[in-house]
Amino acid sequence: MEKTRKIMSADKPQAASYFDVDGTLITTNLIHPTLFYLLNQSTPVQTAKRVGRALLKAPAMSFAEMVDRRTFNELLYSSYEGMSEDRLVVLADEIFDTVIKVALFPKARDLVQKNLDSGNEVVLVSGALDFIVSKLADYLGATDVIANRLEMKDFKATGKLLKPVVAGPEKARLIRDHARSKGYDLDDCYAFSDSYSDVPMLSVVGHPAAVNPDKRLALMAKAYSWPLFDLTA
Amino acid sequence: MTHPSVVTLERGSAPRVVFAGDQLIEIDLPAGTRCIYPKPPMEGLQDVDAAIRYAINHPLGSDPLYAKLRPGMKVTIAMDDISLPLPPMRRPDVRERIMTIVLELLADYGVDDVEIIIATSVHRRMKDWEIRHCVGDRIFDAYWPDRLYNHDAEDDSNMVEVGQTEQGEVIELNRRAVESDLVIYVNVNFVPMDGGHKSVTVGLCGYKSLRAHHNPSVMRNCHSYMDPSASELATTVDRMGQITNEHLDVFTIETTVNNRMFDRNLDFLMKNEDDLNGRERLLLKGLVETTKRLPQGARQAIFDRFPAPYGVTGVFAGETEAVHKKTLEKSFDQYAVPVEGQSDVLVAPIPFISPYNVHAYLNPLLVQVMAQGYLFNMYRGAPLVKKGGTLIITHSCTDKFDHEQHAPYIDFVHRLLPETRDAMELHKRYEEKFAKNPAFIQMYRTGHAYHPVHPFYMWYWGEAGRQYLGRVIVVGADNEYIPKLLGYETAATMDDALYMAKGGEAKSLDVTLLHVPPVVMADVSLPSSGASG
Repeated sequence: MEKTRKIMSADKPQAASYFDVDGTLITTNLIHPTLFYLLNQSTPVQTAKRVGRALLKAPAMSFAEMVDRRTFNELLYSSYEGMSEDRLVVLADEIFDTVIKVALFPKARDLVQKNLDSGNEVVLVSGALDFIVSKLADYLGATDVIANRLEMKDFKATGKLLKPVVAGPEKARLIRDHARSKGYDLDDCYAFSDSYSDVPMLSVVGHPAAVNPDKRLALMAKAYSWPLFDLTA
Repeated sequence: MTHPSVVTLERGSAPRVVFAGDQLIEIDLPAGTRCIYPKPPMEGLQDVDAAIRYAINHPLGSDPLYAKLRPGMKVTIAMDDISLPLPPMRRPDVRERIMTIVLELLADYGVDDVEIIIATSVHRRMKDWEIRHCVGDRIFDAYWPDRLYNHDAEDDSNMVEVGQTEQGEVIELNRRAVESDLVIYVNVNFVPMDGGHKSVTVGLCGYKSLRAHHNPSVMRNCHSYMDPSASELATTVDRMGQITNEHLDVFTIETTVNNRMFDRNLDFLMKNEDDLNGRERLLLKGLVETTKRLPQGARQAIFDRFPAPYGVTGVFAGETEAVHKKTLEKSFDQYAVPVEGQSDVLVAPIPFISPYNVHAYLNPLLVQVMAQGYLFNMYRGAPLVKKGGTLIITHSCTDKFDHEQHAPYIDFVHRLLPETRDAMELHKRYEEKFAKNPAFIQMYRTGHAYHPVHPFYMWYWGEAGRQYLGRVIVVGADNEYIPKLLGYETAATMDDALYMAKGGEAKSLDVTLLHVPPVVMADVSLPSSGASG
């Protein structure tokens, strides 16, 4: 299951705020860290091989992105096959500093802090890999992460994701389970996302909000009177 | 003797034409109804710039502004936001005139460290084009956005505690203002509850300070908001403002405007309908028919399009309390109409605009604010209506909200009001949690939404009226649900509403119509017995 982190706050939270990450808190998406890994292999030959293989998968990935986020994630993470666990973890620090941190929306940190100030636990919900999302969580002061995990065999990535794969409607189920396990009433919980594909995740909580929304989500937010705001300014 | 602005209807009197939101409608009122009209607009100052210069050079209870200046000092200019005046003023706005003169003076004295803060408190942030309208092109181009910006009451790092009153009320203000050598406040006083200590102490504060006075207990002890001498709200704000002024050097500049809300060719909207000439009657009829036929969006667009040609009637500068005393005198000169005795029924037409919906629809919560908040409170001495009496309002009460400005209002009306209308319960059970809603706070901080605590304040604003009135009846509501949520009854026509007010009994009622807008308030004197207040 998803990795669980320690809650920092002294008072026991009464509810949680669930944040989608890519496009909501940061400008990057799942492809950016993957590219970083592919371009930073141990030898130039390895790098060329992996990039070449990834390029061959590109058309399938772009089709999958349009129809099914879960298939997209599975295709994307197959590029990690054969990468060593220690290299993935070591490079995660660099990825956070050079790819993630600089891509954080200026007001994202304030938004997370306001959620913590209101007494909520803050949970990052992302299709990205857990060891990268954890670093962002540490930086933002988030208390928990729900993220994808790579399957490892003999300390090497198999290129497959451990179940459950965090994507699309599955995010809604994971949030429900998380809230239930913590004893939170979903009516009191918040969810923040930029994408129409996260409508299931937004719909399960009592306080959904559209952040930097795409057109379809913006329309939906207006129709249902969900709060709608922009962190990009 | 009755004041010329008070008209008693006779059997053959023409129907009255009043606002019902952004529509004009005709209503029939019984003979004997007392109609209170706004006083004619006072003459505006011939040379406003000269009056500004005179005021800052001959201030009340303070050194002249130039004597307070020295090179290298840090100055903050704070100014009223878009909630004043209503509708926004035709350019040049008096704030632009004042700031143009003040900024020139600051430059002459070598004061370069100047920032202009729009004192929004928990109101919505003004948009760039609204600010440009208000401060003018030159100031906007020179200062926006780094040195001219909206106050952010949720920027924790930028709020600082100044002190506390003996009653434990916390004064927390914008850091830039607190750390300045001089704060110059530029005010437009629209109604008597504006200005004074409210400008800095409320305009630049946040939730921590607002809680001291924006709560149902304080609101219940305001008789009325428009009479600072009988308002616990004003008393509390003054107490906190005195602490503010012990820590900050505040130079207050206040202005008063007349009630010329409409152009001269629309003067007939303020006149007794029986005194209209043939052309005016025709025009009025045309307006009634036009607003009836146009869709709501078009009506709103028309009203949004025309800023008001207000004339400036006074400019006062110096120490906050000394200045505000003069401002209030001028304000009452324009608005206060002497009225004898109370009535059983007060008819209060709801206008299209309130301080909280400039460029947006007057949503149901704001209808409530206008009814039991502002219009009920347009008195000094005693309410226009007897205790337990009836307030009749005219509005469609459409379930419509501006998503950008009033997002938290929607949750308040549709989630909380079905739970309870009791202001005390809303305050105790829901306010704090709602006020910390991070999504709505973000909309306030980066969008143009009112702070999530604001809808509570809007409800508390109606509290004095709610406690005092027996019932509120809406004429012309397009649905039953919203009036019921607000605690109102509905009637299809004014006749029906008056019949309901009689309670089915064959008795005659004393009826008063407050013919707004423009702003008018009543100085109500009571006979020696049989009155309530």
